[in-house]
Amino acid sequence: MIKIKNVEKVFNRNTVNEKRAIDNLSLEITKGEFVTIIGSNGAGKTTLLNLIAGTYIPDKGKIIIDDEDITTLPEYKRAKYLGRIFQDPLMGTAGSMTIEENLAMAELRGKRRGLGWGVKKSKRSFYRELLKSLGLGLEERLSDPVFLLSGGQRQSITLLMATLSMPKLLLLDEHTTSLDPKTAQKVIELTDKIVKENKLTTIMVTHNMQQAISYGNRMIMLHEGKIKFDVSGDEKQKLTVEEVVKKFGTELTDETLLSASVSR
Amino acid sequence: MGILSQLLSVIPISLEQGFAYALVALGILVSFRILAFPDLTVDGSFALGGAVAARLIIAGYHPLVGIIMAIICGFLAGTATGFLNTKLKINSLLAGILVMTILYSVNLRVMGRANIPLLTVKTIFTPFEEMQISRYIPIIIFFFLVTFASKIILDLFFRTQIGMAMRATGDNEQMIITLGVNTDRITVLGLGISNALIALSGALIAQDQGFSDAGMGIGMIVAGLASIIIGEALIRKKSVGWLTFAAVTGSVVYRLFISIGLRLGLAPTDLKMATGLMVIIALGLPAIRKEKEGKLHLRGV
Repeated sequence: MIKIKNVEKVFNRNTVNEKRAIDNLSLEITKGEFVTIIGSNGAGKTTLLNLIAGTYIPDKGKIIIDDEDITTLPEYKRAKYLGRIFQDPLMGTAGSMTIEENLAMAELRGKRRGLGWGVKKSKRSFYRELLKSLGLGLEERLSDPVFLLSGGQRQSITLLMATLSMPKLLLLDEHTTSLDPKTAQKVIELTDKIVKENKLTTIMVTHNMQQAISYGNRMIMLHEGKIKFDVSGDEKQKLTVEEVVKKFGTELTDETLLSASVSR
Repeated sequence: MGILSQLLSVIPISLEQGFAYALVALGILVSFRILAFPDLTVDGSFALGGAVAARLIIAGYHPLVGIIMAIICGFLAGTATGFLNTKLKINSLLAGILVMTILYSVNLRVMGRANIPLLTVKTIFTPFEEMQISRYIPIIIFFFLVTFASKIILDLFFRTQIGMAMRATGDNEQMIITLGVNTDRITVLGLGISNALIALSGALIAQDQGFSDAGMGIGMIVAGLASIIIGEALIRKKSVGWLTFAAVTGSVVYRLFISIGLRLGLAPTDLKMATGLMVIIALGLPAIRKEKEGKLHLRGV
């Protein structure tokens, strides 16, 4: 489905601040896989997502989706393949626009936009059903501007938007980190439900090791821009936080990561 | 004449100018508010509209031809600024200043001199001047209709797929990029629409005041911003239809302030200073009150 071949990304090359964010990394993800990516700060998790999404262009290597080379394709042209959710819950929606306008824009992901009405009345009942599935009571608030909603509500809508047009690949960039623990749990469960129901190929970057272990069917640990650990199938199901910490404790210096694992 | 009747007598001129300059306010609304792009092309594109229309009218073309050409030229001026910003990656403020400065020379070239009088030629307003009623009535109605037609067209446009993508570009550019919109193209289009409206205003006002002048655009951007700020202070609803309505209302109220100020002894030479101070106070108040809200959100600065 997606092939990443010998990709390299270096920031501030030839300066004292040179940072090899992604170092000759290769990775192949097959259709329907739900991959969680974990690693300490600066391991290259978000850079990897940015390379796949087109925010950055790699210095070396290739990125291929379904046999199409997208290595240098501009970000907006990748939209037809990708759905993406950011860490900041405000990033996924346009706050001054209404819930139904945001949903309608997401429905046109990667399609040609013209002078037809942005929100079609006939779609309203469909949007209502979708919002009902969130269980947040938003189905009665279709024409409310999104800035009135809480971070968790906005992130839930972003999740609906990302999946509305069934992307080939869903990218989740620590999308529960900025939410309070209760809301974060709700959003992650909703994510899991949506991904499973639609068999979406998904890459989820997370800081939280418990999350990385509990969800998905493959886990990858990044360290200094390289894949340190890649586990899937039964082996992944049996994995525990203690085991990972024991194995990689010396490299997992990141405090958030450790506290998240120790608290269990 | 009592003070009250003196003040009442400024209403017709305020309505006329308020609706005429409301097109500038609508244009600035599209760039500053909707696209969050601080476009300084305005002063140049307003005079460009006047210059193009005046030159074509004295060359014998129908005033409508002059107006349509002015709209097209304004659109092109806006896309030039957009191109400098999105393709050549020049800072948004600088891109606008560059095009504005270039337009000053262009406008002199178009007119062939610094000033073209239009009092003796047939303009779009000539039929109204010949009517047997006060000239204010038909002219106010004319500007009202043009402005409200523009407002309605803008409102409808912002409900289309492209229009919604434009609003999202100003609101959350990263989000609409991930939904597959080329925001560079949307920015260029939006600046084109904005400056087309502004040039239309310049073309109509040149004919209304009876001349086109190379310097007629100076201060237009600040006046337009003042109109928008006044409008938003009066009308707090934020949906697009209300924003355009607020811009038009703000323009009329702003012109009313100006006319009253002039009647009360404000020197015409101090007008731009007074307007500038008004905008500074309106934009600075949130900072003085240590509020976070209310600041203009702008891209590319």
